[in-house]
Amino acid sequence: MATIYTHLAAGSPEELVFGHASKPVECGFGLTIGAGVVFPEVNFTLPPITIEAATWKEVTAHYDEMGRNILKRAVALRTPGLVLEFELLPAMTETPEWGAEITSILRRHLQEAHERHGLPCALRVTPTDIRDQGKPPLLRTGQPWERLRRSFELCIEAGADIVSIESVGGKEVDDEGLMYGDLASIVFALGVLAPRDMAWLWDRITEFCAAGGGRAVPGGDSACGFANTAMQLAHQKMLPEVLAAVVRAMSAVRSLTAFEHGARGPSKDCAYEGPVIKAITGCPISMEGKSATCAHFSPVGNIASAMCDLWSNESVQNVRLLSGNAPEAYAELLAYDCRLMNTASAKGGGLELRDWLVASDEWLSPQAAVLSPNATWAIASAIVAEQDPLRRTLAAGLAAIRVLNEGVLSGQLQLSARERQWLGRIERELSEMPAERELTARMFEQHAGRFDAASYGLTR
Amino acid sequence: MSEKGQLFEAILNGDARSSRVLAQQALDAGVSALDLVTEQMIPAMDEVGRLFSCEEYFVPELLLSGRAMKAALELVRPLLAAGGVKPTGRVLIGTVKGDLHDIGKNLVASLLEGGGFEVHDLGADVSPERFVESIHALQPDIVALSALLTVTMPAMRSTIETLRSAGVRDCVKVIVGGAPVTRQYADEIGADGYSDNASAAVQLARDLMGRN
Repeated sequence: MATIYTHLAAGSPEELVFGHASKPVECGFGLTIGAGVVFPEVNFTLPPITIEAATWKEVTAHYDEMGRNILKRAVALRTPGLVLEFELLPAMTETPEWGAEITSILRRHLQEAHERHGLPCALRVTPTDIRDQGKPPLLRTGQPWERLRRSFELCIEAGADIVSIESVGGKEVDDEGLMYGDLASIVFALGVLAPRDMAWLWDRITEFCAAGGGRAVPGGDSACGFANTAMQLAHQKMLPEVLAAVVRAMSAVRSLTAFEHGARGPSKDCAYEGPVIKAITGCPISMEGKSATCAHFSPVGNIASAMCDLWSNESVQNVRLLSGNAPEAYAELLAYDCRLMNTASAKGGGLELRDWLVASDEWLSPQAAVLSPNATWAIASAIVAEQDPLRRTLAAGLAAIRVLNEGVLSGQLQLSARERQWLGRIERELSEMPAERELTARMFEQHAGRFDAASYGLTR
Repeated sequence: MSEKGQLFEAILNGDARSSRVLAQQALDAGVSALDLVTEQMIPAMDEVGRLFSCEEYFVPELLLSGRAMKAALELVRPLLAAGGVKPTGRVLIGTVKGDLHDIGKNLVASLLEGGGFEVHDLGADVSPERFVESIHALQPDIVALSALLTVTMPAMRSTIETLRSAGVRDCVKVIVGGAPVTRQYADEIGADGYSDNASAAVQLARDLMGRN
């Protein structure tokens, strides 16, 4: 049974501050997320190596080393708590036993750190959504789905405390929409296809967690394949920043679907739409920014932390640095970021620090402008005022456009002429978007063969 | 404005419908297919590339121009082939085995098409064996390999090794690209070329074909 959010969990933008969520999540080894303290979420990956049976021993040795070193650093820094995130690589989801084996290794390290040092900690496990292999992708049937399902089951059994995914339903249409700047395709992907897939998928993920005894928490989903794709293309000057900003706001609707279907948080670190989720649901969120430069650049380094409950580095390879191995180094970086936020909170300056983090980025990029507490509030309010995902998606996009237009009018947000042209075009096209029935019919024509209607419970 | 100028403008503006109509009108008026391509269509795409390079065009404008170019090319290509005129080159492109990312690869493919290349896109997660089979079947001049993950980069090396052991490595030029790929890595694995962005990949392909 879906929960449809019709009002905001937060009472005002001032309530949206790092470390505090109205529905904290207890998980793992004595860890409570969103109850006043921000914790590092350390994410790590392999250096270049082929993942196959012949190299498997070397692969597991890397994870063993990364887990041990990160926790050693966390204990040395007297970190009040920590989450490890294990994002499975495609081969580890293709062979579900492999992902489960690494889950067990990491869990052992966490258990030991908790038992020996009293470190509150938890393990987030994120299987790769491998369902997009076919053309068109078959999301509800076939071997990729069976393996993904099994991966969730085995990882939960092996000790995952939080499970998440970066689901790909709708991406086959969104990619095309982004590349051609086709707003109708983007809106259809984010407002029709993705929510339909996520409703189906998250009902199942929630069931897997329950079947596993209920210890694993259904965390959340990320619009990584949608909004982060736009963000990275904008970073490379391939797409307008204003488009990336509007896509970010619209993507919150599809990510919210996970919470309507059982997710409880913390949401995924790369889901920069997280603040909107937090404002609506009250669930804790993970975010990443300036300390994720090991994985990618962004124009939202400080503002991204303003409302986080976990603070992540996105992903770092296990390579040697002068100080030690990179995952250990990034654990320290995150620990100090969190220490500052937590000290500010403890001394009554949390809101002040939040506002500095916001002010330092807010008007330097359209993508930052839509992440401020006020923008978050406006976008979240627009979403809950509508009933269905498509209208919510359009409302979120138009709310983001209002934020950007107000920034331009007030002289705080500087946009190039071509960015302003795009902003006008996006506003016009979103305002004139046809109703769902007409849009869907048009998309069936335009994207014939690109998406599988049955995978979304659609019929022509 | 002449019809030739209008076709140039239609491609520049990404107007596929007009592009096709204008190309047909020009052909009906007796303009040769080769003149149409060399005097209007390729110069239009060169201008599009310039506008993209100097950050006046984003990818959507660039791809819409590519689509307009293709619309005209569909009319012109059979005439060129009948006249013995070959495309700039034939490219086989794919994301390597284990990697499902394809946006960057799609972009390169579109730009190559816009640049006059005949492109055969094998998609994502392409095994080395499939590259070999396709080389036999299509006889490309260039094989373009894409990867986005550090853990799938090694599949570029194994693909090149498979081409070598299958005896087709010397029949093609191999170019590589993708976020984690570096020039040094390209050299290490024995690629013939590397590009860190899509538009430079077109120039690289032209250079490898000896066409600047």
